[in-house]
Amino acid sequence: MADEDLGLMAHLLRRAGFGASREELEALVAKGYDEVVDDLVDIERCPPIDEDIVKRYFGGEGPDIRSGTWIYRMLNSPRQLEEKMALFWHHVFATGYAKGEHALAMSDQIDLFRRIGMSNIREILLELSMNPAMINWLDNSENIKGEPNENYGRELLELFSMGVGNYTEDDIKNCALAFTGWTFAQPVPLYPHGFYSPEFLFREEDHDDSEKTFLGHTGNFNGDDIIDIIVEQPATARFISRHLYNFFVADEPQVPSWNVTPPQDPDAIETLSDAFMESKGEMRQVLRTLFKSDFFKAARFKKVKSPTELITGVLKLVGTNRTPTPGIPRYHRAAKVMGQELFNPPTVEGWHTGQEWIDGGMLTERVNFAVDEVGDPSKPGVQAVIKRLRAAGDSLTPEQFVDNCLDLVGPLTLEEKTRADLIRFAQSGGDLVFPSNGSANGETDENTDRIVLMLQLIVASREYQFA
Amino acid sequence: MVDHKKDPVLVVVQLSGGNDFMNTVVPYTAGIYYDSRPVVGLKEDEVLPIHDTLAWNPNCAPLQTMYDAGDIAVVQGIGYPNSNRSHFRAMDIWHTCEPIEIGTEGWVGRMIRELDPAGHNVLTGVNVGQGLPRAMAVPGVPVTSFADLDTYGLLTGIDEPRRRTQALEVFKGMYGHEVGAGYVMDYLSQTGLNVIQGTDELKKAKDGYSSTVEYGDSAIANSLRDVARVHLAGLGTRVFYTAQGGYDNHANEVPDHPKLLADLSTAVTAFFEDLRAHNASSEVTMLVFTEFGRRIRDNASGTDHGSGGGAFIIGDHVQGGLYAQYPSLDPNRWVHGEDMEHTIDFRGIYGTVLEQWMGIDPTEIVGGQFEQIHPYSS
Repeated sequence: MADEDLGLMAHLLRRAGFGASREELEALVAKGYDEVVDDLVDIERCPPIDEDIVKRYFGGEGPDIRSGTWIYRMLNSPRQLEEKMALFWHHVFATGYAKGEHALAMSDQIDLFRRIGMSNIREILLELSMNPAMINWLDNSENIKGEPNENYGRELLELFSMGVGNYTEDDIKNCALAFTGWTFAQPVPLYPHGFYSPEFLFREEDHDDSEKTFLGHTGNFNGDDIIDIIVEQPATARFISRHLYNFFVADEPQVPSWNVTPPQDPDAIETLSDAFMESKGEMRQVLRTLFKSDFFKAARFKKVKSPTELITGVLKLVGTNRTPTPGIPRYHRAAKVMGQELFNPPTVEGWHTGQEWIDGGMLTERVNFAVDEVGDPSKPGVQAVIKRLRAAGDSLTPEQFVDNCLDLVGPLTLEEKTRADLIRFAQSGGDLVFPSNGSANGETDENTDRIVLMLQLIVASREYQFA
Repeated sequence: MVDHKKDPVLVVVQLSGGNDFMNTVVPYTAGIYYDSRPVVGLKEDEVLPIHDTLAWNPNCAPLQTMYDAGDIAVVQGIGYPNSNRSHFRAMDIWHTCEPIEIGTEGWVGRMIRELDPAGHNVLTGVNVGQGLPRAMAVPGVPVTSFADLDTYGLLTGIDEPRRRTQALEVFKGMYGHEVGAGYVMDYLSQTGLNVIQGTDELKKAKDGYSSTVEYGDSAIANSLRDVARVHLAGLGTRVFYTAQGGYDNHANEVPDHPKLLADLSTAVTAFFEDLRAHNASSEVTMLVFTEFGRRIRDNASGTDHGSGGGAFIIGDHVQGGLYAQYPSLDPNRWVHGEDMEHTIDFRGIYGTVLEQWMGIDPTEIVGGQFEQIHPYSS
């Protein structure tokens, strides 16, 4: 039943964006796959979100309102890949609110990822190294001449660019020395002034200007010199490519094992690394290559949805929050109990993904969230499903009823026995008949109850957990 | 091995981020301690002396009381050769007992497999916290994990009881089919079925508990209270796991570290008090560990990742005291010239609780034989 082009477009929008309504998907299919990829990558081709509306409706200082506002952007920005790349870098450059407890600094960092996340790797790493939230998170404000703190220097190499096994402990020490003096200005006190953004500050007197040797290069390196060396390393191209693969294509093992566990698809990583090296780290080129590749198109449902993907996908399905609506912080809390508190990854390694999104507790939260959301037939997306079922015929057999619902939710393909379970369940209610004397769409309360419960069972299925 | 009247139970408490052991059990009379730690060093007159060279951090007062009652074995200098300073790798090593290769099986998961080979009880191993620790992850070994006992349950949004029962039946069927679509799908299926079984059982722990013990208001207090509730319900749980985060005190150690230790001490003490009030403490041992200690010298605000940490074994059957050796304070013995030298391998401490408390041969679980301590009275 599922139209092939529609299925592929839904796949692209789940990965490069946060899902799409059926109407949106149909319009995009008409435009053509490659054209849609270019629209996603070349963000200027789409208008930005209306910042005025975002700022006017979502005020407040706490992390839950700020991260909730981000979820609103994910749902509504015409530049879907821009938001998805901001989330990607938040996964990779994992910075936690818990330490600095400065929500504005955190949302500044996400704004930074949105602004430069699709630019060049050199710019990205340089801006990252100057970002106050990151400097505080990894203690680079404590990294001063004579008393180096190597936390940032180590993670820049281990987690943000090259990966373990491509440098020595001495490289780490020298990397840290190069970033001595990279700090932020003493923030304006909260009381009585309110929240102000912290600003980057280079303290000449705290900078160790001595000669350093890093990855075989010697000089009186400053931080930007180190980044110049890092971005030329093939290890960086491979490491970032593998991150992109893990985030956009299919689940890889967790990062600490990458130096000993080869990628599941080495050719794909090579293709992405080549695009990275040829373009000197232009993220747009790497992303365009990725989304137009056969390995991407073949990777449907090969990734466990992250909590953020699950939540935004469900919200796009039910069609709420498409205009500013009170209560957006609750989606921040929903993601938190599913194991992904935005703005607050557990460690600098970021969230463990794939299978590790699932344990008994988190699966329960995921299923319960989706079931709750589709349980309200007044929501526009649920109404739209009812309307389309109605349009499919005056009377649907249990099989047609189930298959139409699966198509409208995904298109989603269930394992055959699972589909049979749903059909058997639908049979207990007989054919879905829309009497001509029902309400405007011909639906009755009983039909509505049946459709809602069917949607609830579908979003509770195993297959729905995969992107 | 201790002669048990009831099945022995192990509670593992992980202090995430690398607890600063040197500021937990403090060498308060050593000049080198004060020289090395001008900022984070504790004052001689505020610590709680154990004897003439070591003292508890003042925020560990409740633990000191338990220690004085003979219920805490302090394992000094716990670590492993060539300690890894990366949190993630270090925690992986502690979780899998694989210091060289990347391990995929967790030691607690292997223990659960040993205790319940056929996976009859999904509550044999219970994690209280968000996300399953790698220590408990072994393919095919069911483990129950929840963040908050009070809100745990499936399809709770379907209000009407008849519809919910129907939906749960369909859910059970859907998750029960074999797919052959790979390990993750199989794991997901098994997890779904385990949830159904586990929630039915855990409801008893929610409904049946009453206590007058105050746990304090902290994340670790809530977690240990949930552990107590499940233990007291008698659901056959043999291993509990929970964690307290926040120990990565590279900076601001002076304000942050004391609160963590105070929360921990209060929660642990309340936990044992609660079990004793319900006559259910004698079958329980608690192991408190962290992935590494911190550097001897402070960095003028906190301490960087080091080695040679400390662990606690706590319980009624424990013979309290100091075990293994405190890492040498002689700078000539410092690893890399800056780290505490470990004096006992963590795998020997796992071995100690596995063999002497749980009655399980530790060789396969920890990957070899390592020196044990003898903290249990028989």
